[in-house]
Amino acid sequence: MSILKTGDSNPNKKRLFYGTPLPDVQDEEYGGKLIVIEGTDGVGRSTHIALLRTWLESRGHAVIDTGMTRSVLAGRGLKEAKTGHTLGRLTMQLFYATDFVDRLENQILPALRSGFIVLTDRYIYSAIARAEVRGMDANWIRSIYEIALIPDAVFYLRIDSAHEVVGRVLASGRGFDYWESGMDVYPGLDFHDSFIQYQTQLLKVFDRMTDEYGFHVLSASTSVRRLSASLRRAIIRVIEGDIETPVTKASRTLKNASAVPDIRDLPRTG
Amino acid sequence: MIPYGRHRFPGKLFVVEGTDGSGKSTQLMLLYQWLKAEGYPVFLSEWNSSPLVKDTTKRGKKRHLFTPATFSLLHATDFADRTEREIIPPLKAGAVVLADRYIYTAFARDVARGCHRAWVREVYRFAVKPTIAFFFRAPLDVAIDRIVSGRPSLKYYEAGLDMGWAENPEESFTLFQGKILDEYDRMVSEFGLTQIDATRSIEAQQREMRQLISVHLENRRFKSK
Repeated sequence: MSILKTGDSNPNKKRLFYGTPLPDVQDEEYGGKLIVIEGTDGVGRSTHIALLRTWLESRGHAVIDTGMTRSVLAGRGLKEAKTGHTLGRLTMQLFYATDFVDRLENQILPALRSGFIVLTDRYIYSAIARAEVRGMDANWIRSIYEIALIPDAVFYLRIDSAHEVVGRVLASGRGFDYWESGMDVYPGLDFHDSFIQYQTQLLKVFDRMTDEYGFHVLSASTSVRRLSASLRRAIIRVIEGDIETPVTKASRTLKNASAVPDIRDLPRTG
Repeated sequence: MIPYGRHRFPGKLFVVEGTDGSGKSTQLMLLYQWLKAEGYPVFLSEWNSSPLVKDTTKRGKKRHLFTPATFSLLHATDFADRTEREIIPPLKAGAVVLADRYIYTAFARDVARGCHRAWVREVYRFAVKPTIAFFFRAPLDVAIDRIVSGRPSLKYYEAGLDMGWAENPEESFTLFQGKILDEYDRMVSEFGLTQIDATRSIEAQQREMRQLISVHLENRRFKSK
């Protein structure tokens, strides 16, 4: 199938995208580095991104950071849609995809071309995990995101159990969030129980994706200081080019995705 | 998520497709009146009508923020909302759903804008396969005439001005509609679209549609009375 031809022509060329790039997006090498900080809710992603940004800038690197719902096009609309009770599961996934692609085309790619380090708070993996926990087809959601750029490194801040972050969520002062607690997934449960259930399911999906997408796993159960030091050491290696781009098994997954029966081959309904 | 072609609902879904100015909305309205008069529970669903997505679409159009990919994905978001709220529930309840434009509109427009055929089809894999998809085919010059004479000016995205094919809106619109028509033509066999000759009289087209639809409505349990 044609969606997977990127990189096939020249095996020595670094693969830049999981699948076929978007229209108008050139499959070109760029000077910057795309570094993803992934992890479930409350593990400290934004704290670490803020610390890394200051540190990288002090070392003389130009940095931009981005994250979900921060697109100029769809950010506001998506946030508004989340305040109501009418955002359906399919609609949510595609709204997030719109937000992602707008940021990919207008923030991430231009910055990389200009030689910036792009720090992103979550990437396609959180979107895939949320979709899977909500019963979406695993191949479908991966196919949508195959237009994504393969990052230079994905750091997965991992916790062992959802119970670890309950305290942090409460300490943040804003309490349980409806979507972070997966209240739409477990409507019969209270916020606490739903949060634990939902985050536990997300952790399972992230564990499965670790191999698939070649995450660098760092324990988030440690102190901010220690985790920050580990991140810095690893990021220096990324900048110096010592860390391999995490493509390993993802290409196989995407091949599976396109092996899904073509919609035109499926039986017709009357 | 149930993929295209695999849904099994008691209701029936009829959709109209075609280039702008092909007369499909007029035909759908006549169908709606007829089905209502016959006593069927019938719901209308229009392209680009989700209240959740509306403000974002407006913003994107007004400020020219779209690329072919985000244009495609935002319309898919809009369509997903309609599928979840206006299409699947009535079909489950055994009603008749009439849709003015459907996934084939996205396939035609997005591919004309350069999105990959396979990718766009994959994005919409959650869609319910229509009972009948009518494709109103009018020659390009007829359709363009109807639109250009009926409107004060062509809109930016409607005319495909975002693609930079031509500076003149009418010229750009003509090029864009030509590409769209090519995509529709290739979808006739790919998706089994039912072609209606949109140059015939309104009455003749409507008679043909009613005949084709009534075959699917024989089952009395759809009737509300």
